[in-house]
Amino acid sequence: MTGPPAVRMRGVRKRFLDVVANDGIDFDLHPGEVCALLGENGAGKTTLMNILFGLLPPDAGTLEVWGEPVTLRSPREAIARGIGMVHQHFTLVPPHTVLENIVVGTLEVDPDAPVWQLSVGEQQRVEIVKALYRGARILILDEPTAVLTPPEARGLFKALRSLAAEGRAVVFISHKLREVMEVTDRVVVLRGGRVVATRQTAATDPQELARLMVGREVHTPVRRPRPAAGAPVLEVEELVVDNDRGLTAVERVSFAVHAGEIFGLAGVSGNGQGELAEAIFGLRRARRGRIRVGDAALTNRPAAEVVARRVARIPEDRIGVGLLMELSLAENLILETYRDPRFRRGPFFLASAVAGFADRLLADYRVRAPHRAVPAKTLSGGNLQKLLLARALAREPVLLVAHQPTRGLDVAATEEVHARLLELRERGVAVLLISEDLDEILALSDRIGVLYEGRLMGVVPAEEARVEELGLLMAGVGPEGPRA
Amino acid sequence: MIALRLERRHPLPLWQQAILPLLSVLAALGLCGLLVLWAGADLVRAYAALFVGALGSRFAVLETFVKSAPLILTGLAVALAFRAKFWNIGAEGQLYAGATAATWFGLTFTETPAWLLLPLLLLGSFAAGGAWALIPGLLKARLKVDDVVTTLLMNYIMLYLVSALVDGPWREPVSQWPQSPEIVEAAQLPILLERSRFHLGIPLAFFCAGLVWLLLARTPLGYAIKAVGVNPRAAEFGGIRTARVIAVTALLSGGLAGLAGAGELAGIQFHLMEAISPGYGYSGIVVAMLGGLHPLGVVLAAFFFGVVNNGAQHMSRVTGVPTYLVEVMQGVTLLAMLAALLLLGSFAAGGAWALIPGLLKARLKVGNADAARALSTLGSRMAGPPGGIDPSLHTLHGAPVSGSPGGDAPPDSP
Ligand SMILES: Nc1ncnc2c1ncn2[C@@H]1O[C@H](COP(=O)(O)OP(=O)(O)OP(=O)(O)O)[C@@H](O)[C@H]1O
Ligand SMILES: [Mg+2]
Repeated sequence: MTGPPAVRMRGVRKRFLDVVANDGIDFDLHPGEVCALLGENGAGKTTLMNILFGLLPPDAGTLEVWGEPVTLRSPREAIARGIGMVHQHFTLVPPHTVLENIVVGTLEVDPDAPVWQLSVGEQQRVEIVKALYRGARILILDEPTAVLTPPEARGLFKALRSLAAEGRAVVFISHKLREVMEVTDRVVVLRGGRVVATRQTAATDPQELARLMVGREVHTPVRRPRPAAGAPVLEVEELVVDNDRGLTAVERVSFAVHAGEIFGLAGVSGNGQGELAEAIFGLRRARRGRIRVGDAALTNRPAAEVVARRVARIPEDRIGVGLLMELSLAENLILETYRDPRFRRGPFFLASAVAGFADRLLADYRVRAPHRAVPAKTLSGGNLQKLLLARALAREPVLLVAHQPTRGLDVAATEEVHARLLELRERGVAVLLISEDLDEILALSDRIGVLYEGRLMGVVPAEEARVEELGLLMAGVGPEGPRA
Repeated sequence: MIALRLERRHPLPLWQQAILPLLSVLAALGLCGLLVLWAGADLVRAYAALFVGALGSRFAVLETFVKSAPLILTGLAVALAFRAKFWNIGAEGQLYAGATAATWFGLTFTETPAWLLLPLLLLGSFAAGGAWALIPGLLKARLKVDDVVTTLLMNYIMLYLVSALVDGPWREPVSQWPQSPEIVEAAQLPILLERSRFHLGIPLAFFCAGLVWLLLARTPLGYAIKAVGVNPRAAEFGGIRTARVIAVTALLSGGLAGLAGAGELAGIQFHLMEAISPGYGYSGIVVAMLGGLHPLGVVLAAFFFGVVNNGAQHMSRVTGVPTYLVEVMQGVTLLAMLAALLLLGSFAAGGAWALIPGLLKARLKVGNADAARALSTLGSRMAGPPGGIDPSLHTLHGAPVSGSPGGDAPPDSP
């Protein structure tokens, strides 16, 4: 490659109070390459890219763009220099139509739909096209595939390759090593705010990358054969739920999840999973049908009753639904249990009990945070997910409904979550796992159902499930056609 | 959408939280100083007279307390409500509801001894103010009716009710003005310091500030209020009955304003009349905002406006500057504070915008419900997407938010 690198960062440092997020990072990005930025949750990937995008001023270090030393004081200046970024928690202006957000014909979204009606995946696509439309020659994608469906992700990879072929430079952040292997040319691994390794993608493999990220071997938890299925814990019968647009999103779905089993619900996102989960959480009304947990009828009951039945929940939208971003970690952890007598002395909170509870959970779930008193919004994406998990599992649940529980988690944390799900199963908890990640579903589930356009396309025991068959079901091609 | 380049991830230390209000106050003093100059007065003399009038003698200081007490209570009322994002701009009406209840007790129970009557009266006023706020609270919680509009309109209903009472069934025959007869002596709040109007309601206001602080900082209910205010959807998801929390918050908020009414009626005026409050309910909004929605801040802000209110008369006598400078000062302080909060993308900015129409109506007697609507819609637009996502969040993870392609990048911050 001739000419200057697209980006040259030297000695970049950034600290937030007691956390050093970037600790003297050197980072180069060349035209024509897709470069992966890998690292555990909280390793400093987003921080580094926010600095490159002019969102955060570095405490120290220099930045060159196309060989020219620059100080970026705002995203506007970054955009003017041809840098585009799609954020981990991106935001569009909800009341505007897609057409107003971008004016590009080729993308597969309804251009007249207001943004709030789009699925997260569709919004993501709009974001990417928007960045390109602005003429970005340097494109930063922070976990873009976390919200994309597999076919969408493949489409994105094709687009990234052709962008690189045009001589643009792409930074690709992802925790999915398979994607990193598939789409990138080079991998830069961060750990604890430092660059610990750089590899040509062709000269490495997922095992090595995982080891570099975590600093040790990562073990895949093993699923022991299923013990005899217990009594049904969650029963969903003939459930019909509408989406925000008033259209039927879940169409007469019936299934049961038994004590001691993991029921995997596969399917491409946007096929009713969100609405189904919200109906079970008590956040969305069911038009018809029944939801029972144990001997309690929970159809259209408030979330408080669902919580009281010891149903642990991981919602898909951790920021909008799961967490209180302005409040402290401790305040987030006690959300479901704050009225518990053990946290109280008389009418008042017993601060030491709350602190002990929070500290124990933060330690058990390895949430990387300086202190229980910092606001949740200071945590990195993966650590937010761990916080949510810690809260959900703190209460000896009878049922866990987990919607995308490992989205945004690094390899080690993902394995940890998987291990916890299996442990819950062994303890006799019923687990409903809703995931778009077929590998995850196959690795953990005892029975697998596929949701397509709001219908349950059939339930198969995991032993009999074959990837190709599930893939067909996910695409809406069933052996007997769609069934109720 | 506003996306500014600011790092404000941790709760600021107390002294830093105080900077914003102090700057707002200084800005207000400065801008109002221009008005003083314009009125042809000597600035130094005018402000000196203001502070001498408020703090220059024992009596002046005690009078400042008299003027601060209702502001503490209405400020607490608003602060508590705003913490739950219940946009109560109806403290004025709730204050009148409390005063009306106090009058009823003071006119009805003519034989009851003070030790029994006073607690009843205070409780009754609390309940009346609370009930008056509970109506819009329930409308919001159950039917999603806009609280800015309802709380504001309830003020007018209450004022007309009071007018009707003091001009009708409760009219004192001998008086020239429409007002009720004097309440019985047993219903009057005892004066605690001689040669002053320092009545029982004043320590009660401070006591309430302590209680609200305890409530917010130490109790499960206070926790629920904060959770609902921060993210109602997450609160509901976590098992908090947000509708109930809003209703209870409305009740407590209105109750505090009702106590302000009891203090004014049973501690100062003793007759119910239309002019019981010079707008303490609306000033409570300024006090709450200036006090950062924190009980201690509310006390300090209320005391500041107590000083200004009380000193203004003296200033007016000495320099001829009209007393309504006070109201200008309140308005300017609020605007300065709002501007600063908006710049910081603070959580309250959305609601703060929503309350401007209320202040406009109250202070300038302009507009109608439509104006209020339009402005409050504008306010929520500026504050961010529905659901009240903190604009400052965008600075962490998702900054470039724009309405149109290409052009509309986030503004630079200086
Ligand atoms: N604004 C902030 N204030 C305080 N701490 C912060 C802030 N932003 C990030 N941090 C901290 O800096 C560290 C690095 O965060 P960063 O978001 O860069 O991680 P990441 O590598 O993107 O992780 P993830 O994979 O979970 O998204 C974390 O420990 C995080 O808690
Ligand atoms: Mg990140």
